[in-house]
Amino acid sequence: MELLKIQHIEKYYGNKSSLTKAIDDLSFSVEKGEFVAIMGASGSGKTTLLNCISTIDRVTAGHIYLEDTDITALKGRQLGRFRREKLGFIFQDFNLLDTLTAYENIALALSIQKKPALQIDQAVKTVAQQLGITEVLKKYPYQMSGGQKQRVASARAIVTEPKLVLADEPTGALDSKSAKMLLERFRYLNTEHSATIMMVTHDSFTASYASRVIFIKDGKIFNEISRGDDSRKQFFDKIIDVVTLLGGDVNDAL
Amino acid sequence: MLCKLSFSNIRRSLRDYAIYFFTLMIGVAVFYVFNAVSDQVAMTRVDSDTREIARFLGIAISSTSVFVAGVLGLLIVYASRFLMKRRNNGFALYLMLGMTKGKISAILLLETVLIGIGSLAAGLLLGVGLSQVMSALVVSLFEADMSAYHFMVSGTAILKTIIYFAVMYLVVMLFNSAVVSRFKLIDLMQSGKKSEQIKLKNPWVCVIVFVLAAAMLGTAYYMVGWRFTHLSGSKFVLCIAAGLAATFLIFWSVSGMLLRVIMSMKKVYYKGLNSFTFRQISSKVNTMVFSMTVICIMLFVTICSLSAAFSLRNSMNRNFKENCPADYELSEYLDEPYEELDVLAETQAIGFDVTKYSDDCVHFSTYGDENFTFEGFCGKHFEELMDTFTAVNGGIREQVIGIDDYNALMKVFGRETIELGEGEYVLACNFKGIEKIRNEVLEDGAPITVFGTALSPKYDECKHGFIGISAQPSNMGLFIVPQFVVEGQTPMADFVIGNFSASDEAGKKAADQEIRSIYAEKIKGGLRPFSVSSIGGYFGFTTKQEISSGAIGLGAIATFLGLYIGLVFLIACGAILALKELSESVDSIGRYEMIRKIGADESEITRSLFRQTGIFFLLPLVLACIHSVFGMKFAVYFLEVFGTDRIASSIAATSVILLLIYGGYFLVTYLCSKNIVRSKR
Repeated sequence: MELLKIQHIEKYYGNKSSLTKAIDDLSFSVEKGEFVAIMGASGSGKTTLLNCISTIDRVTAGHIYLEDTDITALKGRQLGRFRREKLGFIFQDFNLLDTLTAYENIALALSIQKKPALQIDQAVKTVAQQLGITEVLKKYPYQMSGGQKQRVASARAIVTEPKLVLADEPTGALDSKSAKMLLERFRYLNTEHSATIMMVTHDSFTASYASRVIFIKDGKIFNEISRGDDSRKQFFDKIIDVVTLLGGDVNDAL
Repeated sequence: MLCKLSFSNIRRSLRDYAIYFFTLMIGVAVFYVFNAVSDQVAMTRVDSDTREIARFLGIAISSTSVFVAGVLGLLIVYASRFLMKRRNNGFALYLMLGMTKGKISAILLLETVLIGIGSLAAGLLLGVGLSQVMSALVVSLFEADMSAYHFMVSGTAILKTIIYFAVMYLVVMLFNSAVVSRFKLIDLMQSGKKSEQIKLKNPWVCVIVFVLAAAMLGTAYYMVGWRFTHLSGSKFVLCIAAGLAATFLIFWSVSGMLLRVIMSMKKVYYKGLNSFTFRQISSKVNTMVFSMTVICIMLFVTICSLSAAFSLRNSMNRNFKENCPADYELSEYLDEPYEELDVLAETQAIGFDVTKYSDDCVHFSTYGDENFTFEGFCGKHFEELMDTFTAVNGGIREQVIGIDDYNALMKVFGRETIELGEGEYVLACNFKGIEKIRNEVLEDGAPITVFGTALSPKYDECKHGFIGISAQPSNMGLFIVPQFVVEGQTPMADFVIGNFSASDEAGKKAADQEIRSIYAEKIKGGLRPFSVSSIGGYFGFTTKQEISSGAIGLGAIATFLGLYIGLVFLIACGAILALKELSESVDSIGRYEMIRKIGADESEITRSLFRQTGIFFLLPLVLACIHSVFGMKFAVYFLEVFGTDRIASSIAATSVILLLIYGGYFLVTYLCSKNIVRSKR
C-alpha cells in the first residue's frame, strides 16, 4: 500500500535573474513499512525534498500525498496538526531542547498532542526501553553522548506512533559505533514495529541499512536500487557502485 | 571605513538596540522635563512666595538629579555591557581578520557617540514636547492660571541634560574600552557555543532557605509595620538589610522551588508546552536572582514614593481648605501666664495694625492652669502615649478657651458654633495620634478641674476644632469651657484672627501683600515686640496666602520628586527586564524552531511566550507589592501629620503610572519577542 506519493514536485529558489532549481520534477512513492534512504551529494536537493515532505518548506509545483491527504494544500493550524500527528522528525544535530531532560523532551511530543499525563509516562518508558535509553531519561542533553542524544531524538520521533519517520542525516554527527547502534535501532523499529522510515544521507554505510535507496542528483532522480534478498554487505557494494557512477561528488563513503 | 562599520552595526542590530535607544531617549526626556520644571513654575506665577518655592524646587530636583544620573548611568553601563556580550562572535571575526583591539574600541566608541547623540537629540525633542504637557501638571499643582503659560524651552535644563548624559556616555566608553582590552579571542569564539548547564537546586535547601527568608521578611515587616515606635536608627537599618537579604533569598529559592512544585504536578507540567515554558522561566530567574532583587527593590521604592507623594499632595490641598478658614492670624504664646499680654496693643504700638485691613476679626486669649497638665489629663493613658510620641512633654499646661471667645472665632471662620452647659467642657483636637489617646481618656469619663471649677465632658470624643490657621490638622488639644471659668484669669496666649475686608480675591491678595510688607518692615526677623524677655514664648503673624503657598509648594515638591524618582526607577526596571527577555528570545530562536517542527501550533507558542514574559515581569512586581503594603504602613505613620485617609486614590494613581510604564515595557517586550521567534516563513 502506498503511504507517501510524490507527484512531479518542483522547488525553485531565488528570483528571475538567478533561479536555482533545488528540485526539478521529482516523482516517487514510498510503501507502508518501507525503510527508504535518499542519497545525494551536498546541494543535490535531498534536504529540500525532506523539508517539503515535512511541510517545513513549500513546493513551487506538484503534489505530495500522505495516505489520502494532499499535504501541499495544508494551511496554518492544519500544518501543526499534521506534523505532530502524522510525522516524526530526527535531525542531524539532534535538536533536543537543552533546558529539558531526556524524559521531558520525549514527553513534549506527546503533551503537544494533548495526551493525558498518565498515558505519556507509559509511552515514554516503553519507547525508552525499545531504544535502550532508560538509564539516561533523567539526564539533560549536555550530560549525554552524541549517540544517546540521537536515540533520545529518535524516541521523541516515534513515541507519537507517526505514519512516517523522517530522518535528516541522523548519523552525521555520530561516531561509527554510535551510528551503527542507531541504525540497528532503526532497523528494529522498521521490522518489529513496521515503522515507515525515510532517511536522507550522503553516507553509503548508513544507506545500506535501508530496504531501498533513491539517488538524487541536481534535483532529479538519478537511480534507484532495492535491497531485495541481498545481505547488507552486498547491498552496500551496490550502493558504492552507484555512488561511483554519480561522479566523484560522493567520495566520502566508508 | 570604521564609521561605515559602526553605522551598519547599529542598523543591523537595531532590534537589540531599539529598547536600549528607547530607554536612553526616555531617560533624557525625563531628565530634561524635571529639570525644566522650576523654570516653568517661576513663569506661571510671579509672586515672591512661588518664586521662593520654585527656587527650592529647583534645588531639590538638582540634588535628586545627581542620584538619578547615578541610576541612569548604572543602567546604561549594564545595558551596553549586555549588548556587547551579544556581539562577541562579531568581535571575534574582527580580531580574526586582523583588526586591532584599538580599532574595535574605536568602532564601539563611534557607536556609543552615534547612539548618544541620537538619543540625546531625540530625548530632548521628546522632553521639550512632554514638558509642555507637564506644564498642565504645574498649573494644577500650583493652582495657577493656564493663560499665563506659553510654550517654553529651558536652556539651562538642556545644557544640564547634555552635560550629565555626556558624562554618562563617557563612562560607558571608558568601560567598553576596558572590556575590549581584556578580550581573548578563544573566549569570544566559543561564547555562543557553550551549552547551558542546568543545575536544579536541592529542593529541601530551597524550602529551608525560603522559610528562613520568609521568616526574616516577616520579622522585618512586623518591626517596620507595627513596632516602628521602638525602632532606633540602627535597628531600622538592620530591618532594611534583612529585607534586602530576604528578597534575594526568596528569589533564589523560588526559582528552584517553583519548578519543583510544578514538576510534581504531572498533569499541569505535561500539558501542552508547559514543561518547556516553566523550564524557560526557571532558567531565566535562576540567572537573574540579583537583578530581580534590584528590580524588586526599585519597584518597591517607586510604589512607596509615588503613593506617598500623591497622598501628601492630596491631603495637603484638602487639609489646607479644612484648616485655614481665615485670612490671617496674629498670635503670641507664652510659657507662663502674663497679666498684660495683649498682642494687638503691642503690635499697634509699633505701627503694625492688622485691624486696619480687616473689620471681620476677633481678639481673644487662651489660658492655662498649672494644675491642669497634659499628663494629668491623660492619667494612666500617658504611658501608652509615650510609646508613640517619645518627645511629648507631659508637663505642659492644657490650653483653655472660653466658650464665648471660641464661638466668636467660629463665626469668623464661618463654622458652626457650639453650645455648652454649666458644668461641661468640649475637647477639640484633630492631631491624629494624640486624638486617639484623648478619645480613650474621654471614654473613661474624664472629669477635669480648671481654675477650681469641676467640669465633665459633653461628648465622649474629641471635636475637630482649632484656633490657629494652618495647613494641616495640628491641634493637639483645646479645652472649650464655660466663659465664667476663664473670667479674670491671666492669659497665656493672645490672638487676633480675622478676614481681610476686601470682597474679591484680588483685593485680598493686595491687602495680604501690603500687610506683609509692613510686617516685614516693622517687626524685623519676627522678633517679639513684647518687652518682657524673662518669659519665653513665640510670636507670629501668618496669612492664608503664606500658608497656601507653603502647602502647595510642599505638595508640589513632593509630587515632583516622587514622580521623578518613580519614573526613572520604572524605566530602569522595565529596561533591564526587557533587555534580558529579548536576548533570551534571540537565544531561544532555535528552541522555538524545533518546537514548531514537532508540530506545536503557533498560537500555543505565542501563549507560552506570553506566559514567560508575563511571569518574568510579574515576579518582582508581586514581591514589591507585598513589600509596599508594609512599607506604606510605615510611611502612613510619618504622613499622619498631614492626614492620610485618601491614600486609596493615591495608590490608584500610582497603579496607573506603574501600569502605563511597566506594563508598556512588558507589552513592547512581548511583541518584540513574538516577532523574534516568529517563523521566518
